[in-house]
Amino acid sequence: MEWINAIVQGVLLGGLYALFAAGLSLIFGVMRLVNIAHGDFIVLAAFLALSTTTALGVNPLLTLVIVVPVMAVIGYVLQRGVLNQTLGDDILPPLLVTFGLSVIIQNGLLEIYSADPQKMNAGAIETASLALPGNLNVGVLPLVMFGVSVAVIAGLQWVFYRSALGRAFRAVSDKQDIAQLMGLNKAHVFGLAMALSLAVVGIAGVFLGIRTSFDPSIGPGRLIFGFEAVIIGGLGNLWGTMIGGIILGVSQNIGAQINPGWQLLAGHIAFLIVLAVKPRGLFPRID
Amino acid sequence: MPEALLSTHGLNAHYGDFQALFGVDINIHAGEVIAIIGANGAGKTTLMRSITGLLANRPDMVTYRNTPIGALRADQVARTGIAMVPEGRQLFQSLSVEENLIIGGQIGRKGPWELENVFRLFPILKERRAVPSTALSGGQQQMVAIGRALMSNPELILFDEISLGLAPIIIKSIYEVLPDIIGEGMSAVIVEQDIAKALSVADRVYCMQEGRISLEGRSDELTREQISAAYFGV
Repeated sequence: MEWINAIVQGVLLGGLYALFAAGLSLIFGVMRLVNIAHGDFIVLAAFLALSTTTALGVNPLLTLVIVVPVMAVIGYVLQRGVLNQTLGDDILPPLLVTFGLSVIIQNGLLEIYSADPQKMNAGAIETASLALPGNLNVGVLPLVMFGVSVAVIAGLQWVFYRSALGRAFRAVSDKQDIAQLMGLNKAHVFGLAMALSLAVVGIAGVFLGIRTSFDPSIGPGRLIFGFEAVIIGGLGNLWGTMIGGIILGVSQNIGAQINPGWQLLAGHIAFLIVLAVKPRGLFPRID
Repeated sequence: MPEALLSTHGLNAHYGDFQALFGVDINIHAGEVIAIIGANGAGKTTLMRSITGLLANRPDMVTYRNTPIGALRADQVARTGIAMVPEGRQLFQSLSVEENLIIGGQIGRKGPWELENVFRLFPILKERRAVPSTALSGGQQQMVAIGRALMSNPELILFDEISLGLAPIIIKSIYEVLPDIIGEGMSAVIVEQDIAKALSVADRVYCMQEGRISLEGRSDELTREQISAAYFGV
């Protein structure tokens, strides 16, 4: 029973990892940009939520209303102001610049908030749980977060494959020059992609800050989880990313069940096994 | 002669240190069909890229309706009413046939061309509207590329190497629909290596050689010998 419990909790945790990964996957798909600062933006969003909940005295879940649009604006401005200048045939400049951003964000947060771990309290919902058959107890909050993750992935999937914005994303991703001939300004389209990516990061950051304690240094770790979920699932496949997140979450929880020290290691091992057996991920997009 | 719709003025174009165009002057008038012919590497595609804004130039090197557009980005040029059917079709492989057409029309210029009219022009595309654009034959892909350009309701449409890599029968059928398309009051530039095909539809011809205009004249007045000389430089 402990094992089933570990797996169920792992699935729910995987939803959060899928949120970490979705924004990463989106911008890689649209503009082949690997955002090394992605994890630090998640932590930045968590701190933004912390400041908002402290200043306004509202439930941290309500800070989504502020954090998500603010992160989206940061994303758009960052893309148009900085990252667009780094994109080109060479993949190194965007890596270096986002690595620099990662350092800047970590140190900026350290300066403002200190290195103390923080945690947001969402109130009664944090301790509420649902009793499932077979002595299983599932927290309401993790369940809600998982539901939101699924909804976000479904929403992104819809945007990408059914909306005019997604059509523009795919067209620019396919052929930048020709998309420009169709009247699409790629600088603007890339800005919108980064805005969407960081909006998802906003949700991920708020959830992270409610679920666990966080401090300015944990960003790179979240980036790794995001990367692993994307690679396990297969590049360019959002539902694959969701499953990648779940596999990662379940492996970590099973590892922790065997020995608490093995939690992270088990996740990395699962990732390496997938990489060795199916280097393009479990569900690569068919091109 | 009335005022030109589009002109280039001493257009020079460079790829890095390499100069591809040297002082090119061309004029296209409203309702006119121009052919640009020349061997590989003569600068035809570079000229198209300069006009559409894919290559940036000095603003006054390209004027459209007396407005300098040489330095505009390609998306801005597209909004002024210039569309291109690029060399090698260049469809968006992640988009379905219908999506490729819709994206051509998304700048929202008003006019006769919309999805239904493109499907009337190329009925096969209506049948295959939902399939990925990569699943089409070369000829069908060319139809999508033409339809995609028409969807923006351009005043000037550029066809770059329209028959390259297509079977003769497909080329013939595409040239058959060209008059229908251009008949809507559009101006057109046809870049072509097949001289006979180019002469058959164009009012006037420019021949390019090594980045320069080597010959210019009315299609019905140029002799075969003049064209050969300008084409091959012999």
